[in-house]
Amino acid sequence: MSELLYVGKRIPRSDGAKKATGRAIYINDLKRPGMLYGAILYSQHPHAIIKSIDLSRAKALPGVRAVITADDVPDIPIGFIKDNRPLKKGKVRSMRDEIAAVAAIDPDIAAEALTLIDVEYEPLPAVFTPEEALAEGAPLIHEKDAKGRPLSDNKLKLPWKLVCGDVEEGKARSKYVVEHEFRTTFVSHCCLGTSGVVAEFDPDKNLTMYSITQIPYLAQGDYLEALKALGLGRSKVRVLCQTIGGGFGSKLDTHCYEFIAILLAYATGKPVKMQFSREEEFLAQATRQPTITTISHGCDVRGRLTFRQVKMLLDNGAYTSWGATTPSVMMVPVSSLYRVPNVLYEAEIAYTNNLYSQAFRGYGNPQATFAVESSMDQLAEAAGIDPVELRLINANQPGETTPQRFKITSCGLTECIEKVRDGLGWEQHQKDKAEGLSVSSHKARGMGMASLIHVGGGARVYRSDGHGMIMKLDDFGKLSVFTGAVEIGQGTESTIRQVVAESVGLPIADVNIVAHDTDICPWDVGTHASRQAFISCNAAIQCGAELKKKLFSLAGEQMKVAPDELDMREGQIFRKGSDDEPMPLLKVLKKAHFSTQGKMVMAETFYDPPNEMLDREMKGNLSCSWAFGCHGVEVEVDTQTGQVKVLNYQAAHDVGKALNPLFIEGQIYGAAVMGTGMALTEELKLDHGHVMNGRFTDYKLLTAKDKLPVTPIIVETDDPAGPYGAKGIGEPGCVPSSPAIANAIYDAIGVRISQLPMTPERVLKAIMEHEK
Amino acid sequence: MKRQIDFSLNGHPVTAEINPSQSLLSLLRDEFELTGAKEGCGEGECGACTVLVDGLAINSCIFPAIEVSGCRVETVEGLATADGALHPLQQAFVEYGAVQCGFCTPGMVMSAKALLDGATSPDEDAIRTAIEGNLCRCTGYKQIVDAIQAAAEKMR
Repeated sequence: MSELLYVGKRIPRSDGAKKATGRAIYINDLKRPGMLYGAILYSQHPHAIIKSIDLSRAKALPGVRAVITADDVPDIPIGFIKDNRPLKKGKVRSMRDEIAAVAAIDPDIAAEALTLIDVEYEPLPAVFTPEEALAEGAPLIHEKDAKGRPLSDNKLKLPWKLVCGDVEEGKARSKYVVEHEFRTTFVSHCCLGTSGVVAEFDPDKNLTMYSITQIPYLAQGDYLEALKALGLGRSKVRVLCQTIGGGFGSKLDTHCYEFIAILLAYATGKPVKMQFSREEEFLAQATRQPTITTISHGCDVRGRLTFRQVKMLLDNGAYTSWGATTPSVMMVPVSSLYRVPNVLYEAEIAYTNNLYSQAFRGYGNPQATFAVESSMDQLAEAAGIDPVELRLINANQPGETTPQRFKITSCGLTECIEKVRDGLGWEQHQKDKAEGLSVSSHKARGMGMASLIHVGGGARVYRSDGHGMIMKLDDFGKLSVFTGAVEIGQGTESTIRQVVAESVGLPIADVNIVAHDTDICPWDVGTHASRQAFISCNAAIQCGAELKKKLFSLAGEQMKVAPDELDMREGQIFRKGSDDEPMPLLKVLKKAHFSTQGKMVMAETFYDPPNEMLDREMKGNLSCSWAFGCHGVEVEVDTQTGQVKVLNYQAAHDVGKALNPLFIEGQIYGAAVMGTGMALTEELKLDHGHVMNGRFTDYKLLTAKDKLPVTPIIVETDDPAGPYGAKGIGEPGCVPSSPAIANAIYDAIGVRISQLPMTPERVLKAIMEHEK
Repeated sequence: MKRQIDFSLNGHPVTAEINPSQSLLSLLRDEFELTGAKEGCGEGECGACTVLVDGLAINSCIFPAIEVSGCRVETVEGLATADGALHPLQQAFVEYGAVQCGFCTPGMVMSAKALLDGATSPDEDAIRTAIEGNLCRCTGYKQIVDAIQAAAEKMR
């Protein structure tokens, strides 16, 4: 292959200047002519009967154009199992329950109108932990399921279970066994851009959603359902994504506020904007799924894993979004991180009167890996094997099929572990520890590591994991690429541009990406599962090949050369292996177009990766490439304050091929800081269903001053299915942070922290309990 | 009751009618249509609304508009030249991967500008202190620090 001109290069992102000059238009910046401003009234109780709602004072306020409740709108069931409604009827089940909504000529009037709505409640007993929710005689949160059948308890009918091999047989073969419980909590996405949407009907009752969704084409379907309920079965929906101020999974579902915007726009005949405040974002933008995990783990005398058994109890909150489906990904590290022959995974999910959860970078993998990798260190200790050694003994290898039937093709896990070990100075640390050099007065240093496996070649979680793409060459030699990909900051559009320039053979400046418009761009399942670069760049290569076929057929005629002998580089068409004068693309295009029965060059493709949906037993090759990585940290623990300081952070990732190392490092730096936030500081605190810290003053994100010393290590394994060998990297970087840090804390002070976040208070308490 | 104020905005003298309770961010975004500065929290915690008043980086979401009477206000829109040439900070942000979703970027750039206007060779700690009040959820800050360092060198 000739030298790559664009792929693998540190090419700055194409939307960088627009963003750095403040000219990118986010939903926050968007105004439409005649636009009204919407606002939502949330519940005052975590569980209560709504006895009455008096809207008269709100409706009388000058400037108010509509005030609506569930009584004013048709029934629109939403969410994964349709147990939610945009506006709640009869009863509230959590503090974020939407009761009424207002549209007014300015945001201040809308906010004032909310204060004029009088709601009378009759509070009901409530439950705030899954254990309470499943206890005998617990108050029932939903009386009926989506089909109207009566419910008798708070347990979701989602029996997640995976059985591989025989764990009892595995236990019998085990020389060493450990068992422990781990807990993770509510974490907020904290996208810097708060949620918002503008819904607008045209005179023919077709709907345009100015949106920030990560799933425009699935959202289109959800909005169409709402229109059908409104009696607008023939209406069309166009989704126009704006510049998106952060995603991280928060925009993978369609949310109540979006449907409320549609209802208000329909009621008023005007465009209606909903724009969350930060406080609202913490309350009404669903969180990461909290978990209670019991794990047991065994190995034989040589350290080879014999079984892994995991039981989870999940707090669903009051309604069901994607949080309840995260077990499908939690199973991935449980069954397939390291070679473990016998696996049992079970998850039980309970409705509570808390906030509900949704997708969040890693989709449950960070929570599950916290348990799996903390437990690996416990097992290493029980077996008297060095934790690095235990991981290397059991590391996945290319060519293997895991118990969940994942086919591991490329796999750089061993290399990742070794590079992290060396980057940390693991061996020197062991010597220092043996000599007592790792402890000085009340400060102790420790090292820990944790690995990860994640989908890296798409994930067939829907029937289609596909991506449509159209390419169109114009008379000036420029190529427009129409893609369904959504840019959420990760650099997808720029990466597609690089791959198109490379594979088609054009100067990158001549490649123009057209995206974020469902009327123009072909279907894509969404920006999720770390799939976008893998899928859309494969689509680009496939579409580019179609385009070149058509182009070279025209060029071949003009140049009197067989089309298959032609290639293009930087917009110059040439005969392969010859020194003949190349023909400029522009010349070929003009000649083909401006002649009788002229031709223009366009191509289209739909790329659907060769991966499988999980079957009824939850087995199958969900992703056609698997991403691996390993993070290792050195920490210093202050045993007087419980403060944990990260001194060194090595983050190695098998990315297949780095399409753009600048972006990949950006993903690793950002995800490692996000993962460390989850590990050490971040917790959305709920007290009886009330958010206690829904502001940046109280919800602790890491800042620049925390100075996390991350060293990204890129490992390339040239994946056979990946575009130029690349695999996904969007999510993996936040997966192993928590267990790596927990393991390092244990190494430093001999105390196992089993609950996130590992705040100074929690660490200090654990130290004091340990000393008792 | 409206009040009239005069101030300098990105080098140009301007006049505005304001409400005494109006924030500078609302004045910039709603009246002058300068939407570069963003509202990320509305209480001065995230820094997305950072602009410069007499060279000092401030959170414009909690800064009363009335206070800029007679002052020099700089926003991200004032950095690039009329022919579109980026300020060295903006250029470095793009080149070093300091921009991802970009929502924090205008505020981040302005905090960095306040620093570099006063210090030509800030060390890493000074840079991190200057952007301590600017939250970023995407980048983990490293490439932002690198960009500011690179811009400082270029501007020396």
